[in-house]
Amino acid sequence: MSTFIVFCATALVILSFASLWRAFVGPSVADRVAAINVVSIKVTTLILLLSVAFETTSYISVALVYAMIAFVATLGVAKYLTKGALD
Amino acid sequence: MELFLNIVSAFFIISGIFFFTVGVVGLIRMPDVFSRLHATTKADTLGAGLVVVGLAIQTGFSRVTVGLFMVLAFVWLTNPTAAHTLAKAQYTRKHRGESDD
Repeated sequence: MSTFIVFCATALVILSFASLWRAFVGPSVADRVAAINVVSIKVTTLILLLSVAFETTSYISVALVYAMIAFVATLGVAKYLTKGALD
Repeated sequence: MELFLNIVSAFFIISGIFFFTVGVVGLIRMPDVFSRLHATTKADTLGAGLVVVGLAIQTGFSRVTVGLFMVLAFVWLTNPTAAHTLAKAQYTRKHRGESDD
């Protein structure tokens, strides 16, 4: 079962690189931020998969902190796009 | 029983990865910012939920499961909020006439 979970994690890595294409070409700023948001959700799920596959419980806290960082980054860029400043 | 649980867990995880794939295809193929957000947000939220349910079946009822569902609750709260805020920011820019697409 652990081999299967690592195989699924590999599929998630391939999907993350496919999403980076939109972050590279995307015409507007919101396209790039949406692509990075998709990548961050995939990486959070990837860390959860690896924590179950390798039976290291402390990776779950890493996944939670990664999700928080991605959320705050998206909110910051959205506020900057709306107001033109971050004050 | 062990084999049955493994099969159910693998079904949930593969369904989650399928929805992730649908989200990425929508992100690459859709023509507009709003339709890209529309495609990715819902598919990713459902995919994360399915993968976490599959992993929770795999680990059984323990402290790990509580952590998994905490991460899932956080993702389900924040992912639609982030997409809504981003879409609202892009809409505001577009109607001020300073959009860059």
